[in-house]
Amino acid sequence: MRLRGLIHKEFYQILRDPSSIAIAFLLPVVLLLVFGYGVSLDAEHVPVALVVEQPDADTAGFTGGFEQSRYFQPVVMRDMHEAEQALMSRRVSAVVHLRADFARRLRQPGGAPVQVIVNGVDANTGRLILGYIQGVWQKWLARRALETGETLGAPVRLESRVWFNSELRSRNFLVPGLIAIIMTLIGALLTALVMAREWERGTMEALMVTPVTMREVLVGKLVPYFLLGMGGMALSVAMGVWLFGVPLRGSLWVLFGAAALFLLAALGMGLLISTVAKNQFVAGQVAIITTFLPAFILSGFIFDIGSMPPVVQWLTYLLAARYFVAMLQTIFLAGDVWSVIWPNALALAVMAAFFLGVSRRKLRKRLE
Amino acid sequence: MLPRILALMIKEFLALLKDKRSRTVVFVPPILQLLVFGYAATFDLNRIPFAVYNEDPGPASRDLVARFAGSPNFREVAVLAHQKQISPLVDTKRVLLVLHIGPTFSRDLFGGRSAPVQVILDGRNSNTAAVLLSYVNTIMTGFNLGWQERAGGATAQARLETRAWFNPNLVSRWFIVPGIVGLLTLVVTTLVTALSVAREREQGTFDQLLVTPFRPGEILLGKALPGFIIGLFEATLIILLAVLWFQIPLRGSLLTLYAGLLCFLLSTVGMGLMISSLAVTQQQGLLGAFLFLVPCIILSGFATPIANMPDWVQQITYLDPLRYFLIILRGVFLQGTPFHLLADQFWPMALIGVVNLLLAGYLFRHRLY
Amino acid sequence: MKSEVSGPVEQTNRAEDAVLELRGVSKRFVIGRRTIQALRHVNLRVLRGQVTGLIGPDGAGKTTLMRLAVGLLAPDDGRIHALGFDATRDSPAVQARVGYMPQRFGLYEDLSVQENLDLYADLQGLPPDARPARYHELMHMTGLARFTTRLAGRLSGGMKQKLGLACTLVRAPELLLLDEPTVGVDPVSRRELWQIVYRLVREEGMTVLLSTAYLDEAERCHEVILMHEGEVLGCGPPQQFREQSRGRTYLVSAPGERKRTVQEKLAGAASVVDALIQGERIRLVTAGETPPDPAELLPGLAGVSIQPAPPRLEDSFVAMLKQRRKPGGDALPRVQAGRQVGPASLSSENGPGPVIEIKDVKRRFGDFYAVKGVTFEVTRGEVFGLLGANGAGKSTTFRMLCGLLPASEGSLRVAGLDLRRAAAAARARIGYMSQKFSLYGNLNVCENLRFFSSAYGLTGQRQRRRLDWALEQFELGTVADTVSLDLSLGYKQRLAMACALMHEPEILFLDEPTSGVDPLARRDFWGRINGLAAQHVTVMVTTHFMEEAECCDRLAIMADGEILALGTPQEIKRRQCSAGQPEPTMEDAFIALIEGQGQTRGGAK
Repeated sequence: MRLRGLIHKEFYQILRDPSSIAIAFLLPVVLLLVFGYGVSLDAEHVPVALVVEQPDADTAGFTGGFEQSRYFQPVVMRDMHEAEQALMSRRVSAVVHLRADFARRLRQPGGAPVQVIVNGVDANTGRLILGYIQGVWQKWLARRALETGETLGAPVRLESRVWFNSELRSRNFLVPGLIAIIMTLIGALLTALVMAREWERGTMEALMVTPVTMREVLVGKLVPYFLLGMGGMALSVAMGVWLFGVPLRGSLWVLFGAAALFLLAALGMGLLISTVAKNQFVAGQVAIITTFLPAFILSGFIFDIGSMPPVVQWLTYLLAARYFVAMLQTIFLAGDVWSVIWPNALALAVMAAFFLGVSRRKLRKRLE
Repeated sequence: MLPRILALMIKEFLALLKDKRSRTVVFVPPILQLLVFGYAATFDLNRIPFAVYNEDPGPASRDLVARFAGSPNFREVAVLAHQKQISPLVDTKRVLLVLHIGPTFSRDLFGGRSAPVQVILDGRNSNTAAVLLSYVNTIMTGFNLGWQERAGGATAQARLETRAWFNPNLVSRWFIVPGIVGLLTLVVTTLVTALSVAREREQGTFDQLLVTPFRPGEILLGKALPGFIIGLFEATLIILLAVLWFQIPLRGSLLTLYAGLLCFLLSTVGMGLMISSLAVTQQQGLLGAFLFLVPCIILSGFATPIANMPDWVQQITYLDPLRYFLIILRGVFLQGTPFHLLADQFWPMALIGVVNLLLAGYLFRHRLY
Repeated sequence: MKSEVSGPVEQTNRAEDAVLELRGVSKRFVIGRRTIQALRHVNLRVLRGQVTGLIGPDGAGKTTLMRLAVGLLAPDDGRIHALGFDATRDSPAVQARVGYMPQRFGLYEDLSVQENLDLYADLQGLPPDARPARYHELMHMTGLARFTTRLAGRLSGGMKQKLGLACTLVRAPELLLLDEPTVGVDPVSRRELWQIVYRLVREEGMTVLLSTAYLDEAERCHEVILMHEGEVLGCGPPQQFREQSRGRTYLVSAPGERKRTVQEKLAGAASVVDALIQGERIRLVTAGETPPDPAELLPGLAGVSIQPAPPRLEDSFVAMLKQRRKPGGDALPRVQAGRQVGPASLSSENGPGPVIEIKDVKRRFGDFYAVKGVTFEVTRGEVFGLLGANGAGKSTTFRMLCGLLPASEGSLRVAGLDLRRAAAAARARIGYMSQKFSLYGNLNVCENLRFFSSAYGLTGQRQRRRLDWALEQFELGTVADTVSLDLSLGYKQRLAMACALMHEPEILFLDEPTSGVDPLARRDFWGRINGLAAQHVTVMVTTHFMEEAECCDRLAIMADGEILALGTPQEIKRRQCSAGQPEPTMEDAFIALIEGQGQTRGGAK
């Protein structure tokens, strides 16, 4: 009865304060829309300067590859100085330079050198562009080999198979990761302030003198926000699958089981921050600092954890988002791979138990 | 007027820095975050675990595998004897790459035929997969060139001579760390300013301030300057760390960098104060700060290039002050871009700042109750 | 004090009657580097079926004692038994049987009255079938029956307090603890709260322990416990305390003289313990039992009459506390006439005339008129009191006067300036002290003073002079480096007043400056106000203490956004004379006015 009363109360408060509803339902929609479209690592229509000092049939054959590729948006320039200026002022991301003697040297042993310059400021994009240019070059070589009747291609031919995401659509891996980030935000925002608010408004003292136990207070906070968070999760998954076309290869119940565990951990952390801080200002700042940026950078959402220095890798083990991101990417793209799901689920369960347990211990029925 | 604003500023600093907790929150996390994120945020892959399934007994395949194993980017963790072993290894993420060499590899090569090599990549993180593929390509190209030279056959008719300007080794840390300078400056100044008015409202001191002869503009200035100074200090600290600790080259002029920083601070302080004067409670202020910070960071081009976004999202990014500052930061740090080439980045930030400050000033006057 | 005070406890020392018992209880708090001894070896008993009042100045340890009694704190030493349980070890058992209403009762402001009640009924485990009857009873008792669907945050201060009480009472507790239930509550609501408490004791046999800063409330308790700095100074029935002052209390009247002047003179005399304005006369408490001589006390005044008066609890309370402070050598500060408190230059300026003029001022929030057409004038050097029930529109009026809120209609002139046009210039000439402590909590005393003086444009020599003045006049020198949040309530209040006076304003606005403050600090405070008025500073004040209203030169009583009565305290009281009350006190007059207005309104419907 006491628990029911507390849960009722919390629901009434949520309903009266539209900001909680907004956090749970509006936030995921807006964030997923903006980020789902906004965050992409697939470079397309890269502006590239093609400097052809002496245009002829041979150079046209080479540059034609760029014009056909969906990755490039070639701009033809006549001299290198102009191209370098364009590269400097970021109007083009790469320069492909065919010298005046291209056609001549093409027919000489040793072949014609093609100078390629990329803007290396964004190293990752730079590397991707280099890869694309290589692709164009190899295609051109193959086509030429065919035309000239020479059998000579590369001695070793690479056949690459990308499992789970054959087109290498970055959205397929970013959207599951985004769901994890959004759930982290929701969990922290929803709960980080609620306990602190009770302290600040003096309602905690009034609650404490009733026969209610602190476990009931905790569960009474957890249940409504858990349900709210799961609602947000369902919305995000629906958008991910239907709007962004991310394949969901695993089963739905495993997905929601994982989400439930993660939410427990995230809400538990929020409650702990809130319980310890007893002050909305500090609770809010701690929540911002400990959730969003670490989840963004350290969870493996974008940056590969395996490539981080060992010390930083150790730190990532402390983040609930890390486990959730791994699970989501696997469940969405690979399926129910139990050997991935179990250890991560276990880690989340341990974290949830830890945060809730510590909150329970910290939340003593004493004012000291 | 001047001594009064000075008094406001001193008060603001005292209120912010006297409390140990808020002092810690302002200064410690940014430094820690720079250190952790500076190491963590990288697209470069190293020591990628891979498995080899080599069916070929010949020497050519051994040579190829040795090229992989010898690369610092790869780490051989398993040698497979069976096709069926591949799938479990990839599924469980124990390896990200499997190199499969068919039984006729050496025979084909020595026979002058083209020999296929299969690589299987884990595409769950498409970016990692794309980067891996480019590493594999590089190794393959090297192998091919070597083989052709040894075989003495004709080489390709054209070869690529690639160079990366500004970042010859394509180290993504060089790209990320200057970005973190902007990121953390944004977070700190927003947190400092976004709650400053709401806190005073909640504590009742705002009324006390409003009954003094201060004009709204003076209060605004008194609140803006501390955010400005703290942001300036913090950014300087982070820039120093970036140059001295992370060894990021600083090629352009400091003058250009600081001109950009000032414009950027103007815009973030403006945004912060605007959120602050809209919010009645600290909770609202915090929520507002959050809802401003998150899109600001994601849409800034900090981690994913703006050019990759669809057009309508790109239009939105023009409202994001961090977008402009990141261009300036990376331009000055890595490219040494001179001032005049960055001119287009300065005025939008200044405009965002001025508009927001004016709005905040208006709200100050009209939201007193 | 004298040992006889603890006598009655020994007499009624029947263990079965003690509902709450503290034996040798001590409690320390550590805040930063300071240790505060909140309670020092406290022994006391609360007897069944009685109303026990806990009185004492700020920092006496009243709240700590209550929290200990319900097991929210654990004592460092000693045992606490409540209803036969150990409050520390068996706190769940105690909490199930005790009702406790903290100073700021935790109503959920975004829940309706009914939802708040439901929540506490669930938490207290009241069976559902018992609820309708209990709800009906409580709503009837508190008069909230009409507002069950209203959000708690929308209730007035008095109604919130009553709802808090109702929530505490959903399941009738055996012992009810109320921590300052009447702070910031207007006299009408206060009287209603007391009626509820007495009814509970009479009809349900409840035991009540309450702390209060109003000594007239303590007068109505069966037992009074007086605490000071963590120690119990004495306990017993109120009359026992009163008796200590018997033969030493007088009423002084000096026709033709300003009450305040007379009071100041009396307070300065050596043999006088306390001098206080009461109605048209001055209440006097002397140190010795020899009757005072008018010629000696008030030399040069004709027609002074001094009559013995029956003693009150407050007389003894103030006397006891003053005596306790004396050994330390730090006598209670006393404001001397002619002391330089305010700006001396003002007396010559302009002469008397209205400094505040309000004409037909209205203020609308949405469709709701918080203030509907208020008109009055305040002349220079006047102490003007604004009284009214909670939610009567005083605060709104006040905020408009200070320029914090623009008026929807009407004109406001403060210090001869139109607030709409020259707000900043007008603000430079007023000082404002808000209801809630609103200085910068993490700045120390000096920093706060320096900031506010700079805010008013004080610099250099003048600023330094005013700083020294404030530290000396408000006795803040010893705490100059203390962070203001850590100050005790009395000091906070002095600091707030000092900050408001740094720029020597012509007009001082004080919004409920003394709510929750003990009688000693209140006397001190009014001494300062009188000193300011003597320097021709205009003082405008709101208060819920009717005895303070007597100290004002003129009063306005507001209800529902309108002024019900305007005039000197004497005029207002005289208007409420009736057969039933030939000589009404200010409180009687106030209640009669408010209720009379309520009736005409009810009649009109």
